[in-house]
Amino acid sequence: MSKVAPELKYSAEHEWIAADGAGPSTIGVSAVAADALGDIVYVDLPEVGSTVTAGEACGEIESTKSVSDLYSPVTGEVSEVNTAAVEDPAVINSDPYGAGWLFKVAVESEGPLLSADEYAAANGGEL
Amino acid sequence: MTENHTALYGEHEKAGASFTDFGGWQMPLKYSSELAEHHAVRNAAGLFDLSHMGEVWVSGPDAAAFLDYALAGKLSAVAVGKAKYSLICNADGGIIDDLISYRRSDEKYLVVPNAGNAATVAGLLAERAAGFDVEVKDVSAETSLIAVQGPNAEAILLTLVPAEQHSLVTELKYYAAVDVTINGQELLLARTGYTGEDGFEIYIPNADAAALWQILLTNGQDQGLIPAGLASRDSLRLEAGMPLYGNELSVTGHAYSAGLGPVVSLAKESDFVGKAALAAIKEAGEGSTTGRKLVGLKGLGRRSARGHYPVLKDGATIGEVTSGQPSPTLGYPVAMAYVDVAHAEPGTLLDVDLRGKAEAFEVVALPFYKRQK
Repeated sequence: MSKVAPELKYSAEHEWIAADGAGPSTIGVSAVAADALGDIVYVDLPEVGSTVTAGEACGEIESTKSVSDLYSPVTGEVSEVNTAAVEDPAVINSDPYGAGWLFKVAVESEGPLLSADEYAAANGGEL
Repeated sequence: MTENHTALYGEHEKAGASFTDFGGWQMPLKYSSELAEHHAVRNAAGLFDLSHMGEVWVSGPDAAAFLDYALAGKLSAVAVGKAKYSLICNADGGIIDDLISYRRSDEKYLVVPNAGNAATVAGLLAERAAGFDVEVKDVSAETSLIAVQGPNAEAILLTLVPAEQHSLVTELKYYAAVDVTINGQELLLARTGYTGEDGFEIYIPNADAAALWQILLTNGQDQGLIPAGLASRDSLRLEAGMPLYGNELSVTGHAYSAGLGPVVSLAKESDFVGKAALAAIKEAGEGSTTGRKLVGLKGLGRRSARGHYPVLKDGATIGEVTSGQPSPTLGYPVAMAYVDVAHAEPGTLLDVDLRGKAEAFEVVALPFYKRQK
């Protein structure tokens, strides 16, 4: 069963978000999503300085078998993207909550978010 | 839809497979990583459960003449011990299935249709047998099929074959089959596959399949053998330029557009189902001077085309993708597509509409990947 990290919040579209206090929040995709996609080979991320909107597509993630839109769970300006994950997207499969993070946003507002418990219950994940 | 399970379902569960529905069967999609499974087949070996495929025996004095009538190819010309890729068509020339037939004796063939079409093909063969002195026997339900594919397949297989029969295996040619003792049991072994690599397919009664699966995994461990699911099977066959029924082939398509003209034997003396229609289609130049044709597309960017995406030339739709994904072996996106014959020459630059954004692709000759022999 795919792991759900207990300390994070989640969107229904399978993104996770880590609020790092006052600084920008870090966003990635859950292990549930990464496992369902299969081996990820390509990721298209929003540009630094662009504004993303909660619930709207801001990039895409492509595996050998399928492709899926990347949604932002929050609204705000993108402050940083994980170029290492763009270079080697396999890290999204191997470490989705760590080295496989995708982008950081200076959050203006949050979309609807789920607790780890709620997300795990809805998606058959394992805390 | 009925969810059929193969005799190896328990083995897949034990190995932690994730499953997918394919042709009415619950089949392993992958065990761990489909990329690792793909690379294992290209570089070492992979073990596939293909028990969802059909097996239909055709036997009797008219077996050869009957298959000449029922299928598009000239099966009577196949030597005993050899196999032939063929099509079963309807009267309009539409493709009902693509299949492999093994000639086991003068009067006996094993016909292997695809999983989703097995019942239809078995039924049609029985129907078309009227007036021929043949027996058509569908043994799909009691037969398992295990494939060992990859450069190390032969070495792995030899560990289970008595020394005095090794030459039967090592001298077995591609698209040929032989009865050989494997793990103490006489079985039909074919040197065929759907991966673009050397490899074997073993037909075995359901009751014995799990034991063979297990010992192949054990004996193949040192040779890098791992179980491989349908995800890698699909990426392997796409790189090898092999069509998949339901993607590249369908009842509304025909052999000439699909690049399978040579599979149709208009020259054989006897009539066959679809002959008149296929002769007319060929005469009209379908797939060569008019209509659409199946081509390979190589992505010039990083994003992949997927099935049903429109193919564009200067913004106008001139074709449709049938299969596509990033090629694990080659490192760039590959796809197959039907495009207007005017834009089908290798080297032609086209676009694929990737979810609203045009991405550049180049028409290339198939296959994308060919193993070094």
